[in-house]
Amino acid sequence: MSDEKRKPTPEEKAAAAAEARAKAEALRKLREQEAQVSQEASPVEASQEPQEKASAPEAKPVSEMTPEEKAAAKKAAAAEAIAKAKAAKEAKEAAEAEAPVAEQQSEAVATSAKPVSEMTPEEKAAAKKAAAAEALAKAKAAKEAKEAAENGANSASDADAKAKAAAAAKAKAAAAAAAKAKAAREAGGDESGDDDAKAKAAAAAKAKAAAAAAAKAKAAQATGDETPAEEAPKAPSKNQPYLDKYVSRISEAFGQEVIEASYINELSKEVPTLTIQNERWHQVAQFLRDDEQLSFEYLSDLHGVDYEDRLEVYYHFYSYKNRQSLAVKVKTSREESKVASVMDLWHGANWNERETFDLLGIHFPGHKDLRRILLPDDWVGYPLRKDYVQYDEEV
Amino acid sequence: MELDLTSIAPELQEELNRNVMFTTLETVKGWVRSNSLWPLTFGLACCAIEMMGTGGARYDLDRFGVIFRASPRQSDVMIVAGTVTKKMAPLLRRLYDQMPEPKWVIAMGSCATAGGPYVRSYSVVKGVDQIVPVDVYIPGCPPNPAALIYGINKLQEKIRYEAKTGKQVTNL
Amino acid sequence: MNHNILTTHVDTSSETGLRTEEMLLNVGPQHPSTHGVFRLVVKIDGETIKEAIPVMGYLHRGTEKLAENLTYTQIIPYTDRMDYVSAMTNNYVLCHAVETMMGLEIPERAQFLRLIAMELNRVASHLVWWGTYLLDIGAMGPFLYAFRDRETILDLFNELCGARMTFNYMRVGGVKWDAPPGWIDKAKEFVQYMKKELNNYHQLVTGNEIFINRLRGIGKFDTKTALDYSLSGVMLRSTGVKWDLRKDEPYCIYDRFEFDVPTATEGDCMARYHLRMAEIEQSLRILEQALEQFPSEGEVMGKVPRVIRPPAGEAYVRIESPRGEIGCYIASQGKDKPWRLKFRRPSFTNLQILPKLLQGENLANMVAILGSIDIVLGEVDC
Repeated sequence: MSDEKRKPTPEEKAAAAAEARAKAEALRKLREQEAQVSQEASPVEASQEPQEKASAPEAKPVSEMTPEEKAAAKKAAAAEAIAKAKAAKEAKEAAEAEAPVAEQQSEAVATSAKPVSEMTPEEKAAAKKAAAAEALAKAKAAKEAKEAAENGANSASDADAKAKAAAAAKAKAAAAAAAKAKAAREAGGDESGDDDAKAKAAAAAKAKAAAAAAAKAKAAQATGDETPAEEAPKAPSKNQPYLDKYVSRISEAFGQEVIEASYINELSKEVPTLTIQNERWHQVAQFLRDDEQLSFEYLSDLHGVDYEDRLEVYYHFYSYKNRQSLAVKVKTSREESKVASVMDLWHGANWNERETFDLLGIHFPGHKDLRRILLPDDWVGYPLRKDYVQYDEEV
Repeated sequence: MELDLTSIAPELQEELNRNVMFTTLETVKGWVRSNSLWPLTFGLACCAIEMMGTGGARYDLDRFGVIFRASPRQSDVMIVAGTVTKKMAPLLRRLYDQMPEPKWVIAMGSCATAGGPYVRSYSVVKGVDQIVPVDVYIPGCPPNPAALIYGINKLQEKIRYEAKTGKQVTNL
Repeated sequence: MNHNILTTHVDTSSETGLRTEEMLLNVGPQHPSTHGVFRLVVKIDGETIKEAIPVMGYLHRGTEKLAENLTYTQIIPYTDRMDYVSAMTNNYVLCHAVETMMGLEIPERAQFLRLIAMELNRVASHLVWWGTYLLDIGAMGPFLYAFRDRETILDLFNELCGARMTFNYMRVGGVKWDAPPGWIDKAKEFVQYMKKELNNYHQLVTGNEIFINRLRGIGKFDTKTALDYSLSGVMLRSTGVKWDLRKDEPYCIYDRFEFDVPTATEGDCMARYHLRMAEIEQSLRILEQALEQFPSEGEVMGKVPRVIRPPAGEAYVRIESPRGEIGCYIASQGKDKPWRLKFRRPSFTNLQILPKLLQGENLANMVAILGSIDIVLGEVDC
């Protein structure tokens, strides 16, 4: 196709540059799905040259407005999300539909590219820019998540803040998406119906993130109230009742303060996750095993993780009776790392605790035979720690 | 009886050519040793499974005279198949010392050669030649059974060459 | 005076009984029957084992620490080398963990290829177990049969992904290479051939009286012990718990295929033997169905971003490997390299019950019990 190989004229180049710049600006604020929303919108706009120049200046103010609008847009998005919470049941299908939707959109780009043959080099440049911006957007989202994680690490509970931070990044994106979609519609972009549907799908998929934005807003005002604030406007996960049951049973038996954090870990097949106080861990563990409603008789995994400010031990339980999983995390400090051993409750914890001791240096008082298991007995240091220095470099 | 070597009938000469050969004892020793290499089963990791496969029915090692022996006292060659960790290294040396002379070592796989994919690990010895002298290195991760057979053949060549010429092999 | 050359020490004259002493016998790490570099220090009194202390770590290569400096795609070859006998399931558990975190969708053809690869690998792994277990017990013939059939499977894998054992086949979002033309037919042929061969194996070994006497009734434990010791896989199913992650927490496309989960109730070595042979049958059944329903076209790699960055957070997934439940835990900080990667290895966890099973046993049964747990040292030490 010689059209592709033909060098674009300076006029087209300038138009493409302006359009691409504007699009890159907008896309940088959004995540992948929103990028496809604009990707579908903008090549269609590009197919009509007069509108192109009109949309370019319109895209700019939107992208300039968005950072200022963010705070207000968050509240708006929260309200939107509450309304969309009903449609949140399709959130998962929407998320799954995003992939074929994305394919459809790329198909739409392809089909719209064919009749507009003279626009092909420009569109290819635009598509290239969009793809590059996609990667940038993802990078930015990841960076935002990290920054939010670092910021959120100072707040009450780390695990909770991490989830909030990840959700907050998503919420920012969702808010920006909602604002842009609205602005695009007002600017008279074509196929507003599709836009609307795409925005709805994207926003519905972000319903939980948007609700978390409301939670973050609330948390920014008040001290973090973990459980009710997070889950209230969010689309409830199917394991939410189980999480509530665990929280309530454990709080009944031991008091509310024993649970430092509790949330549904969406990334990990929605497993309910609890963070338990280090000092009372053994009692709670016994309760988890012996209580007839919880009855977690199977310990699937036990290992330690080194976050730089603390060490954590992660347990993953399973209950054959109720066919439910549970993840528990117990924190400890780096200087004096001690977590009560659960070897007497689950014998399967024996070697796992030895391995955690061997590689991370976490002591398990109560373990009958805590010694190195994988490394030679005369090894110095704990290799999996982030500050490990090899003691025999020459070998 | 008189042995007249100067005038031998041609048929007799031909038969003698076929059945009598002159060689040195060292060459014979080399030939014998190379054709009945008994390895010590020293399979450490994934390469061990390939070694077992080489001993299996498709890539038969028995046709080369190779019989795997479990005891170091009865083996000629130690095929180090797999990653050598710092915990295992002293035992490897001990087993090598327990083998009687003459003995050879084949380093099978990239972990035994130079640390392999685990070269940056904290607990891996970067190459078994830090512990024992190696005669043949077989690269691969894991090497194909055919590669292992090639390596064993190379060792056989090396044994015969060293026996014949008395020189140390530096490249063969 | 009593003469008994079997005692290790001379008897004292003041007592009428024999004075015996415990002997510390070191089995391994270099031993033909320890399935790798595994050391078992047994305190024996005559032929009876009083205590068995397993020592491992002779193959600890530090995969988890290395993984903190590698991208997810670069970690996949390292997972191969953990449980090197069934490398496809290891590949899958890592890819599945990352895909769960990112919420990726895998195309149909890739799912089928993954499932076929995992089930073929299950058959190969059980064949290796069968051959080496019988070699340990003393039968040399089945080893050659098992490896002969395993070579056919390895040829199939060689065509598919270029490697016989450490496949490096799966990627986050799909698989790397498509099945070459004619591969599916060859696989179908193999499945039919293997079904017939399995009958031959049963005829060769299963009814053998010596074999039955060696395995029946030893290494027994019950369900409560199994759950307490976090056993999984065949070890758990041999006590009667009908639990298979492929059926109970389905992943990949296992929920589309019909297969049984064989269980036994005795909990001894014989039961585990029968279960593993039955599992080969069930795997062949799944393979037959999968190869029939194999989609004739499709992509083998889904829509995956160029740089794989799971969102910040953590995830733990588990799947059913031939040895039991293998799990992968990833703690990510939103970067392209994991912050912490941990594998929950079934051989490591299943091996914890060995000291308990060996107490009071005959020394000769030690090898049979160890073999029936089906460990792979690369996995025990990681």
